[in-house]
Amino acid sequence: MTNVLRKYVSPGWLLVAPFLALVVLLYLGPILNILWLSVTEPQPGLQNFEKLVTSDTIARIIWTTVRICVVTTAFSVMLGYCIAYAMVHAHQKQQHLMLTLLLVSFWISILVRTFSWLMLLGRNGLVNNGLEAIGVIAEPIAFMRNELGVLIGMVHYMVPYAVLPMLVNMQTLDTRVMSASRNLGASGQQTFFRIYLPMTKPGVVAASLLVFILSLGFYVTPAVLGGGKVLMVAEYISVQLLVTLKWGTAAMLASLMLFGVLAMLYLMSKFMKLSTVFGGSTS
Amino acid sequence: MKPSFLALFNRVGAWVLLLFLVLPALVAIPVSLTPKRFLSMPKGEFSLRHFENLFTSPEWLSSFGQSAIIALSTSALATVLGTLCAIGLWRVTSKYSELVRAFLLLPLIIPQIVSAMAFYRLWIPLGLLDSYPGLILAHTILATPMVLITVSASLANFDPKLEQASRNLGASSSTTMRLVILPSIRPGVFAGALFAFILSWDEIVVTLFISKFNVYTLPRRMWNGIRENTDPTVAAAAVILIVITIVAFAASAILSRRRAQIENSIDT
Repeated sequence: MTNVLRKYVSPGWLLVAPFLALVVLLYLGPILNILWLSVTEPQPGLQNFEKLVTSDTIARIIWTTVRICVVTTAFSVMLGYCIAYAMVHAHQKQQHLMLTLLLVSFWISILVRTFSWLMLLGRNGLVNNGLEAIGVIAEPIAFMRNELGVLIGMVHYMVPYAVLPMLVNMQTLDTRVMSASRNLGASGQQTFFRIYLPMTKPGVVAASLLVFILSLGFYVTPAVLGGGKVLMVAEYISVQLLVTLKWGTAAMLASLMLFGVLAMLYLMSKFMKLSTVFGGSTS
Repeated sequence: MKPSFLALFNRVGAWVLLLFLVLPALVAIPVSLTPKRFLSMPKGEFSLRHFENLFTSPEWLSSFGQSAIIALSTSALATVLGTLCAIGLWRVTSKYSELVRAFLLLPLIIPQIVSAMAFYRLWIPLGLLDSYPGLILAHTILATPMVLITVSASLANFDPKLEQASRNLGASSSTTMRLVILPSIRPGVFAGALFAFILSWDEIVVTLFISKFNVYTLPRRMWNGIRENTDPTVAAAAVILIVITIVAFAASAILSRRRAQIENSIDT
């Protein structure tokens, strides 16, 4: 029996099997169940998806989520590009230190970081007190319980994720092309905008999609820094499940999120080998 | 090419940004030293009372212990499963292997809130809610893709001829695995174990859904502390977490340096 099996199935698959079984049974199973729930709970039909157009609350939450994700992505990728560019062009020792700072911030717990922002941005937080002390502002600025606070916290979290794919991309570029451009008389700016920027496009696209995907399902920072005033999809799902027990609505939103993420992953795989994005570069 | 003004500006900007990434977290340090009973910046006076509270409170200590148990078990399970899986996928030469690899990485990229919902949904009928096995299983599924990535990266540098040589010299498949393959991918395995540990140690979204009273991990207690926003003990816990992160980071840096040395010695 085992010999017959060996003839047709490569022995490698036996090593893959335990984890594959675990994922299929305990992960894929309930996810398919959620997709199923979205069209059957509380009764069969598309009424959960109808809420997208009929319910103002849900439409507003989705709009808030998309808006915050787009702004977060734009800022994270822009700031990340500066960092990645400077890192690639720095001397090796400096580069090492920069990478260390980047990775340390990458690994600091999300809860610790959110807590710190809570301390910094509050009404009597360090930022407001500092600004008042030096006389820049008379009244404390409201950083929290609004989108500004959520954006600060999210961009701060996402920048390292934006840097890593762009860094990988920039490290593989052929720098002779830039020298050639300069030798042929192009200015530094021309070389950057006409040669360098187009060459780094795959990295930029991969970073944007990655940050957007991660932002979509973000829970901790919006829940704490938004203080209930900025409701995003992830928090709304948790309220539906744990407080109002509406599995149908939650399942519909989860399905939307899932399809959105899968579509973007597919797009991303067109631009970059996915394995290089997920930490191949961190080691 | 001499650096232009813009390039210089960008370099300074990048350093400022990097400091912006790291420094805000450090605000937990002064807050944890406040002598007051509520969250505040210390003014002139410092006190270690909140650290004392952290290390004498049975709740916080039990959370530390529970998180350690869960993270260590997760790390052990994920390392075994992920390493086997990476070696398996590396061995098979099939057009499906890349597809299976992509599928197995999904738990890492699917939004955690969706994963949380999935586990919550299945753990109810299985009776795994609010139990160690429930949390460890869920965290293992989320963390194994990390190990898969790091071990696969190590395997990409491993010369398959070494395996053939070992087999040709008469070693069995399991002996080859033990004496040839595993030693040469050890850095990847260790890095994966570390990443899996951190992921579980730090996991909050799934944990919020599938734990309640019996199991109360450190992130869960911190989450509560942050929501209540009064007790400075949470700042002391944050400082301890920062210290642990930096120690773990130093460990992984040493590992990857050692890996680089091993690779160099193989090349030369």
